[in-house]
Amino acid sequence: MAEKGKKKSSYISGKESRKISRFNRRVTRKLEQQRADAGKDPALYTVKMEDENNVVEFDNVCTYFFTDVGTVKAVDGVNFNVPRHSTVGVVGESGCGKSVTSLSLMQLLARPSGQTVGGQIRFNMGDGTAINIVNTPNSVMEKIRGNRISMIFQEPMTSLNPVFRIGEQVDEVTRLHNPEMSDEDVKARTLEMLELVGIANKEGVYNMYPHELSGGMRQRICIAIALACSPTLIIADEPTTALDVTIQAQILDLLQNLKDKLNSSIMLITHDLGVVAGMADYVVVMYAGRVVEKGTADEIFHHPMHPYTIGLMKSKPVVGKKVDKLYNIPGSVPNPVEMPDYCYFRDRCEMRCEECSGQYPPEIKVSDTHVVSCYRYMKEGEVIKYPQSVNVEEL
Amino acid sequence: MAENLNITAPAAENDNILEVRNLVKWFPIKSSFFKRTIGNVKAVDGVSFNIKRRQTMGLVGESGCGKSTCGRTILRLQDKTAGDVIFDGQDVFALSREELRKLRPRMQLVFQDPYSSLSPRLPVGEIIGEAVREHGIVEPSEYDEYITRVMDVCGLPSYYKERYPHEFSGGQRQRICIARSLALAPDFIVCDEPVSALDVSIQAQIINLLKELQDDFGLTYLFISHDLSVVEHISDTVGVMYLGSMVEYAETEKIFSNPLNPYTKALFSAIPIPDPDVKLNRIILKGSIPSPANPPAGCKFHTRCEQCMEVCKYAVPSWKEVEPGHFCACHLYNDAEDTARAEEAVKEAKKSGQITVDKEVL
Repeated sequence: MAEKGKKKSSYISGKESRKISRFNRRVTRKLEQQRADAGKDPALYTVKMEDENNVVEFDNVCTYFFTDVGTVKAVDGVNFNVPRHSTVGVVGESGCGKSVTSLSLMQLLARPSGQTVGGQIRFNMGDGTAINIVNTPNSVMEKIRGNRISMIFQEPMTSLNPVFRIGEQVDEVTRLHNPEMSDEDVKARTLEMLELVGIANKEGVYNMYPHELSGGMRQRICIAIALACSPTLIIADEPTTALDVTIQAQILDLLQNLKDKLNSSIMLITHDLGVVAGMADYVVVMYAGRVVEKGTADEIFHHPMHPYTIGLMKSKPVVGKKVDKLYNIPGSVPNPVEMPDYCYFRDRCEMRCEECSGQYPPEIKVSDTHVVSCYRYMKEGEVIKYPQSVNVEEL
Repeated sequence: MAENLNITAPAAENDNILEVRNLVKWFPIKSSFFKRTIGNVKAVDGVSFNIKRRQTMGLVGESGCGKSTCGRTILRLQDKTAGDVIFDGQDVFALSREELRKLRPRMQLVFQDPYSSLSPRLPVGEIIGEAVREHGIVEPSEYDEYITRVMDVCGLPSYYKERYPHEFSGGQRQRICIARSLALAPDFIVCDEPVSALDVSIQAQIINLLKELQDDFGLTYLFISHDLSVVEHISDTVGVMYLGSMVEYAETEKIFSNPLNPYTKALFSAIPIPDPDVKLNRIILKGSIPSPANPPAGCKFHTRCEQCMEVCKYAVPSWKEVEPGHFCACHLYNDAEDTARAEEAVKEAKKSGQITVDKEVL
């Protein structure tokens, strides 16, 4: 029985476990020290955007978690850009690293075990300069978080504080980032935000507690909190997964309208292809910590190229398209601690060829906007680069 | 495989395996001190439908509309308030303890969350086999082989028997849940959102498994879900619920191609379609579902309905067959007789001063 043998190999002896812990302590301490040093000089984290029209550029971002069973490469060499005034959808199954990507951008990882060990996340400050979020000190991040970049979380039930009134929670954001505003101005701003997110009874809701509101209303409050400082980038992490279809339609409609009103960009993280199709201008498909395909929504939905994207599209039942049997992608995601050195999707892929057993495929540019990581398109496009993972032993 | 699992031959005389007549389930709201009943949460408020043998009925609606309560009441996991449930010719609520125990293996339930519905302290073989032994489904000598066979049918290798649930992923756990239900050789399974906690690619595996099992063992499903695309894929007939009442019921093709009730229309138009070219003509409903403890008078949907008329605020629409096999409860499809009855109700309500104040909808 091969499975049984496999199980034994994942067994960790006390000796090995101690070795892993020692290694983790050494690496994380060193990384924390590096971060502290980098924060002292602004020149170290000030960079230049490659393209001024982008709000955020992810450049070979590697975020690893140093856990007790080994190093988990949650995000391993991710490249994509969020252009100004557009919506970028990030799609993938749970555990593919889409949330970790957004947490890296907000610097909200559970440190010290979670670390962005390589690459750059360039955030456009709008005045010709940019900062590299990877080694920005916390004091600078505090001014950006909630102000320039803000986040809407999946669970509106748990992301609001149950012991504070709605008004106070929205006020807090405005007050924190605009200390010069008077209390009346702050309250006026909050009421304006509540009205903007479609709450009719704004004065009443201002004095309510979160438990008095329904799921959809709570999500509206979360959106109001996120938009209170008119951020340039809104990260929406599965904003409608916990909501009903009819409420989902309301919230998506609201987000789309607000984006145009506030001239922001949205990074929409979801596993629902339907939501992405309706909202996004660009789509990024992630699998096992890497981007396997990216392009405009039209390219991804009408000409999906990567076998994983194709499989994902076929496995979702669509209203109005009757099929006898749904396609299912065989197998499951590889173990994140021991990633293979060939294409991560090879073992589940039905279109694999000989080359797939070699190095992880490079990013191949098949059109100006469409990039796919698969050997099948080697001849059709131009190779940009191979994803580079960081060797943790050298850290 | 089918004959091995002791499937009872379908009774030829009656095509419906399940008949639900005006099922009502209210949960009392007690006052804090004297424990007097001060109101009722009308979770299920008069629902009727039939399910034919070897078919799947989808039950859809927003959360809190009473889908799950309906499924659980049918299985007599909780007592009804009124109405009848006839399963294979037997009135489920009239049975004695002993008779009910005999019926239990034939009606099974698959829960939504495969993480909390499996005991963490039992190995998989025991999870699946416990009820088999308890109900004496097979001879003790055949027990081991029987469990292996059931697991095999659900795509679980036999050496999983000694493992514990925490060792499995969500999709595998849901297979264990399905195997547990299937092991009792049931005729009827209530699937309460079996795929909503799973990823898209795993969802497809479980849906395919459920369909295969239905073909092999002649199962009947009541498939409760809020994911309309899954329901369309798996169901033969679909019932739409709103605030405890059924608002529309028809065959899947009919209801998806031509929804009659304004609520069904809005619900279907809200389904996100994975195609950027389909710019939806979305009907966006205002507000959220009212409280089932204090449902609006007249048609329950009138507070959010785009086509709300005067009559909708006072008179309850009747449940009737608008087209052959297509049932709907809405005043838009009233015939002369219904209109007369509705107008009567409006007059009555106005006379007795019960005029509902139009509350501002959020």
